Amino acid sequence: MSATPIRAAARVAYDVERVRRDFPILTRTVHGKPLVYLDSAASSQRPLAVIRAVDDYETRSHANVHRGVHALSQEATAAFEGARERVRRFLNARSTREIIFTRGTTEAINLVAHSWGRARLGPGDEILITALEHHANIVPWQMVRDATGCSLIVAPIDKSGELIMEEFHRLLSPRTRIVAVAHVSNALGTILPIAEIIAAAHARRVPVLVDGAQAVPHIRVDVQALGADFYAFSGHKLYGPTGIGVLYGREELLSEMPPWQGGGDMILNVTFERTTYNELPYKFEAGTPNMSGAVGLGAAIDYVETLGIENIASHEHTLLEAATAQLSSIPGLTLIGTAKHKAAVVSFVMEHIHPHDLGTILDAEGVAVRTGHHCAQPVMDFFCVPATARASFACYNTLAEVHQLAAALRHAQEVFG
Amino acid sequence: MELKDLYRDVILDHNRQPRNFGRLDPADATADGHNPLCGDRLTVSLRLTGDKITDIRFEGKGCAISTASASLMSEAVKGRDRAAVRELFNHIHALLTQVDAPVDESLGKLAALSGVREFPSRVKCASLCWHTLNAALEQGGTISTEAGNESSSEVLR
Repeated sequence: MSATPIRAAARVAYDVERVRRDFPILTRTVHGKPLVYLDSAASSQRPLAVIRAVDDYETRSHANVHRGVHALSQEATAAFEGARERVRRFLNARSTREIIFTRGTTEAINLVAHSWGRARLGPGDEILITALEHHANIVPWQMVRDATGCSLIVAPIDKSGELIMEEFHRLLSPRTRIVAVAHVSNALGTILPIAEIIAAAHARRVPVLVDGAQAVPHIRVDVQALGADFYAFSGHKLYGPTGIGVLYGREELLSEMPPWQGGGDMILNVTFERTTYNELPYKFEAGTPNMSGAVGLGAAIDYVETLGIENIASHEHTLLEAATAQLSSIPGLTLIGTAKHKAAVVSFVMEHIHPHDLGTILDAEGVAVRTGHHCAQPVMDFFCVPATARASFACYNTLAEVHQLAAALRHAQEVFG
Repeated sequence: MELKDLYRDVILDHNRQPRNFGRLDPADATADGHNPLCGDRLTVSLRLTGDKITDIRFEGKGCAISTASASLMSEAVKGRDRAAVRELFNHIHALLTQVDAPVDESLGKLAALSGVREFPSRVKCASLCWHTLNAALEQGGTISTEAGNESSSEVLR
């Protein structure tokens, strides 16, 4: 009864023009035209709150963490560990021991593949991924396969870009040792039925790694409710800095895993004979970490929580529906990826115009879209296209920008006559 | 930076109706070119009489710049010998990469490619076919715009 009015109120309260004022870069022009930034799935822009938090850390508090007794080292440590606690709350992890800072999603997945995978996998074992994966959730597993002799199994998708669940269930076998799957497809926007995937895997006592790079900016993620064993994401797709990301891992799993990089910070005691490793999460954080990045990520999470991730998602959904409708009405345009549940990503190709040319023509209009294979070449191969153009929407995009995208695409057709 | 400098009528025409499109079978020399960044692939096949290119075909999938460049190239090199092709290659390379390179009338229709140099992200699209032709003349095989595991004799710039 009360659900509808509250949602309606939230929608009214979302003031995109006010949100835009938080992002200084959005006021600039490109080739003399106002910037229409539709490439947030590649990297989102940063709000002032993030820029200032990083600036403040750099100007006032920087020193190395976990080492000094002096004031700055303590401030830096407090800022860094404070960011870890914000990430814990954001994901609803049980403990900060389960939050490992990495360079990004890619490094987080590599950490699991190498530390968890190499120690346990061998001939006859299977890693199950999907046909939707980003290269970051393919290549690390191929490396483990090649090193251990296990097999990499790929669950197929259908023509709409949805995972074929019957096939997934069939391929989940007694030989499956780990499932590694995207929460949201970067190339197509498909939202995968992650709860069903995890339930099926857990029924066979198989752990699941979720590549959440494209999900956390759009979907409330509660790792305990989901039951994910590993969950990876990047700061720079969540309005935070580059070079910082997170691996959440269930403590029972992480504590059994060997470190994958050695160095400072990950040790308790070192002699030339032997080393005692530090406890979680530091066991997996060798070397001086990216402190200002973590601080920026903490500020980005605060920013997203202030806007409300549900409000952002609802706003983006409006944009997705408008973009889908407007682009579908352009003759010769084919949407690639038409799953029922999608994040705000529209991937498409146009008859007689290669995506690369589209990208250049749109750029001349100030419209930034990604063109290419989106680090998902198997997805491109499945749809028999060399590349697509992809528009992706974030908290700061507007309906007017959707119109500008559609207008720029029609202009491209005129250029190519 | 003007879009119409890039997509000149000659370019659009050769993109729409590529000349010498296809594959020579048998061929005296062939090579494959690949730009992994945008997925462009093309194959250049040649028939040679002594030192001279007597026939050429190209096939593949690519953007308008890469298709038009290959099409224009195929017209320009037919009947030329290796030395002349090498000279033309150097000329085109300068045209694509140096903003102040003179646009020589001797280039004929190829001069239409000069607009590409204002768009640095597109230079590799235009140069892929030329490097592929070079590879066919020299040793055949596969070349790539990016360094990597493909047996590239050179990384294209």
